[in-house]
This record gives sequence, structure tokens and C-alpha cells, in this order.
Amino acid sequence: MTNRYETVFILTPVLSEDQTKETVKKFKDLLKAGSGKVHHEESWGMRKLAYPIQKKSTGFYHLIEFESEPALVAKLETEYRRDERVIRFLTIVMDKHHLAFAEKRRTKRSAKKESVEPTNA
Amino acid sequence: MAADNSEIRYLTPIAIETKKDKYCRFKKMGITYIDYKDEDFLMRFVNEQGKILPRRLTGTSLKYQRKVGQAIKRSRHLALMPYVADMLK
Repeated sequence: MTNRYETVFILTPVLSEDQTKETVKKFKDLLKAGSGKVHHEESWGMRKLAYPIQKKSTGFYHLIEFESEPALVAKLETEYRRDERVIRFLTIVMDKHHLAFAEKRRTKRSAKKESVEPTNA
Repeated sequence: MAADNSEIRYLTPIAIETKKDKYCRFKKMGITYIDYKDEDFLMRFVNEQGKILPRRLTGTSLKYQRKVGQAIKRSRHLALMPYVADMLK
């Protein structure tokens, strides 16, 4: 019985650009290997933290919305704990209200993105 | 006998505290899910020190106050909102 999950994790800012990409790819591959399906992905880029974590005040946020067996989430979280580049993570199961909200948010974001795209293209 | 009821004239009419009936904004606007990711919206339910406002001030119903509390705690965990702050607004 697969559930829909939404996970957000923060990477340390000291990483270079391709290191962050590589880390994100690693987690996505872990999901795909465990027969999970990534539905949506968002990267909020470098953001200022509200309080310093591990003496750092900025972090690279990344959000992944996926669907998988419950057992895969435990594996994902141990992988988070093992990887020292990830300074914080949060995985949430999505109920029907959350799902409806995420759908609406995605259309709004894509609409916003289109409106932004042509201007600075 | 002086006029029986000497009206007492006030300089300014006293503002009678009309009971502004509080309403739960979530029920009224039909919001069903409170997202822990948009912290600007959650900032309205937090006072200057970053503490969660009680229901008697915000007027939200119990069901949505729990959702707001949970969303705020999640966004605090993700460092989107501070645990303790001064002059947050």
C-alpha cells in the first residue's frame, strides 16, 4: 500500500554547486531504486535560516514529493542521518487535504513561473 | 431640588466596548490545509517573541488551532521560523 510523502531537507551551504546537485540526485536515485515514484520536486536554493544550525546561518533547501512503500521512508531517513551534508530533514505523509493543496500550489507556481519566464528571458 | 436627573456630560462620549464577535478565519475562508512551508502566513499567529498566539486572541476554532500549532512547530524545525525571537514583526 503506497502512501504519498513530502520531504524537505536542508544541505550545508559550504557545498559547491555540483556537490549539492549530486547529493539531491543521490536521494532521488535512492527513491527510484526502492520502487518509489517522485511526483514533484522543488528547490528553494540558498535561504537564510531563522536560527543557526551547526554554526551555519544559511542552507540549501530542497523539497521532494514522492509516493512509496512505508518501509522506504525509514531507509531514506537513515540515509539522511548517515549523510553529514544534510543538516536537517523532515518527512511528512500527505493526507487528502494536503494533496489537494499541493496540486493547487503546483498550478499556481507553474503559472507564476510562466509569467516570470518571458520577462527575464 | 436640582433637576432630578442631571445629565453628566462627558467631554468625549465613552466608547462602549462593543463585543466584536471573533470568527474562525479558516472556517470562514474554507481553508482546509495549513501549509507549514509558507511562513509569512504563519507569522500572523505568532507574537513578537515568536510564541504561538492563544485561541482567545485569534479566535480560531480548536480543530484549526491544532493544525496551526503543528504547522508552526514543523516550520520551526525546518528553521523557516525562529523558536525564540525579539521584535519579530
